[in-house]
Amino acid sequence: MDKPVNQRAWFLVLPVFLLVAFSAILPLMTVVNYAFNDTFGSNAFFWVGLEWFEEVLTSERVHEALLRQLLFSAIILAIEIPLGIAVALTLPKRGIGASVCLVILALPLLIPWNVVGTIWQVFARVDIGLLGAFLSQIGVDFNIGQDSIDAWVVLIVMDVWHWTSLVTLLAYAGLQAIPEAYYQAGRIDQASRWAVFRYIELPKMKGVLLIAILLRFMDSFVIYTEPFVVTGGGPGSATTFLSIDLVKMAIGQFDLGPAAAFSIMYFFVILLICWVFYTVMTNLDRQDLPE
Amino acid sequence: MSVATDVLPATVARPRAAERPRLRLAVSYGLLIAYVLFLLVPIYWLVNMSFKTNTEILSSVSLWPATFTLANYGKIFGDSTWYMGYVHSLIYVAMNTLISVTVALPAAYAFSRYSFLGDKHLFFWLLTNRMAPAAVFALPFFQLYSSVGLFDTHIAVALAHCLFNVPLAVWILEGFMRGVPREIDETAYIDGYSFGRFFVRIFMPLIASGIGVAAFFCFMFSWVDLLISRTLTSVNVKTIGVAMTRTSSATGLDYGTLAAAGVLTIIPGALVIWFVRNYIAKGFALGRV
Repeated sequence: MDKPVNQRAWFLVLPVFLLVAFSAILPLMTVVNYAFNDTFGSNAFFWVGLEWFEEVLTSERVHEALLRQLLFSAIILAIEIPLGIAVALTLPKRGIGASVCLVILALPLLIPWNVVGTIWQVFARVDIGLLGAFLSQIGVDFNIGQDSIDAWVVLIVMDVWHWTSLVTLLAYAGLQAIPEAYYQAGRIDQASRWAVFRYIELPKMKGVLLIAILLRFMDSFVIYTEPFVVTGGGPGSATTFLSIDLVKMAIGQFDLGPAAAFSIMYFFVILLICWVFYTVMTNLDRQDLPE
Repeated sequence: MSVATDVLPATVARPRAAERPRLRLAVSYGLLIAYVLFLLVPIYWLVNMSFKTNTEILSSVSLWPATFTLANYGKIFGDSTWYMGYVHSLIYVAMNTLISVTVALPAAYAFSRYSFLGDKHLFFWLLTNRMAPAAVFALPFFQLYSSVGLFDTHIAVALAHCLFNVPLAVWILEGFMRGVPREIDETAYIDGYSFGRFFVRIFMPLIASGIGVAAFFCFMFSWVDLLISRTLTSVNVKTIGVAMTRTSSATGLDYGTLAAAGVLTIIPGALVIWFVRNYIAKGFALGRV
């Protein structure tokens, strides 16, 4: 890193700083305010210290939401990462076929999230959806409104449908960056397909895959709109993930204090993951430099 | 002699080795086709539904419409609350894209060219905002924009979306700018260019594709989010998200119109995606692939 020191560069950054600070710091301060106070409306606040934090930390309901969240993130990572890599390996390397495939793959990523939810909500319905109707036709007792396993399956398949392409696109970009000479070397050594993957492609994709894993973990960890549209957190609270639980608490029950304390702790977890992400990114940048 | 024995097994094995790549190719195409079908079938189902009448949707499950109708689309294009929903959404998306890219350009330049007090912390802080859960911000945003009198305006949504789009644009643009050699800047300054003229006349054309990609991603993330836009608008600015909730009424859901509205939200993204197909991965990786 031999960038010249220039404090006047701050002037170039200032607009961004002010704009993001307005949208980030002010709302966050409101949240902090609610987290440490109790209010009976009309802007009268009473200092309650860490009471809300204790309430949230010991709340059974929050623990369950956290467990569900971690389970959901773990399952979708376990499916999306291998599937994404597998699809990336099958994509044509160049030509019109490659372009068409890329466009089709990217399509789900560009659909508004509540429309994604709507698509799958309808698709999974037994009376009017293709998937639901097909499953009940072959004799599966399928009902996402009542059976929590069914609801989970639909949400996981939906997320795989929505986001595996992201993993594929990143892995594909990593594969494209491998020079042909590496494959030639592999052919000379008569390496098996598996050996080529294990010793040439996988190490070269390591960086992008790390990005993919972190992005997917992060985004699935804050997922809200899609499961909200499909199941509304139900049946019961079977699919109430962290964000859904938070909004239920804040807007449904208007428990602003606990919700704010919840938000702050949620935010710290995100901060931690972000730090890992940032470290990975800057390490990648440093590796790129000498070449 | 020893050379010949080394070569022999390979030649014997050749017929079988030629079979295997063909099998592998078949498996690989099979997987690709299956995956593409998996992606397209739910979208097809939505399109299929949008051309059916509500009675047909509710009475049978059929792979194509028995009575093909454009009535659902007619309803959307004939009702100003519906089609204005798209117009309102496009307005705040355009505002957001313009603001985000404009402020991100000089900032990304600063990050890619200079080190300054707190630069790394600032860069990290920007990233945390890209990742922040929207659900945490929905309610505080409502209070903030109500208190400054911007509630229910396009600019409120555009500014709120800046929270995650400005950091994204800075990261993407910085990724593209680091690919431009610093000698170009230095030569331009020696030639007597001022910073402003250099930046607009020389530097921006060099990273034109980066600007396009950053704009596309701002457009996209502003378009796909309907949670914040719904929280910040009510009467004057009825966004498409609000309009879509109107399909449920006392008589049940109007599935045909809902499907048609959904199809129409997919189209803008589908139209522009062709132009950025080779940069999508770079954009998602925040400019780091």
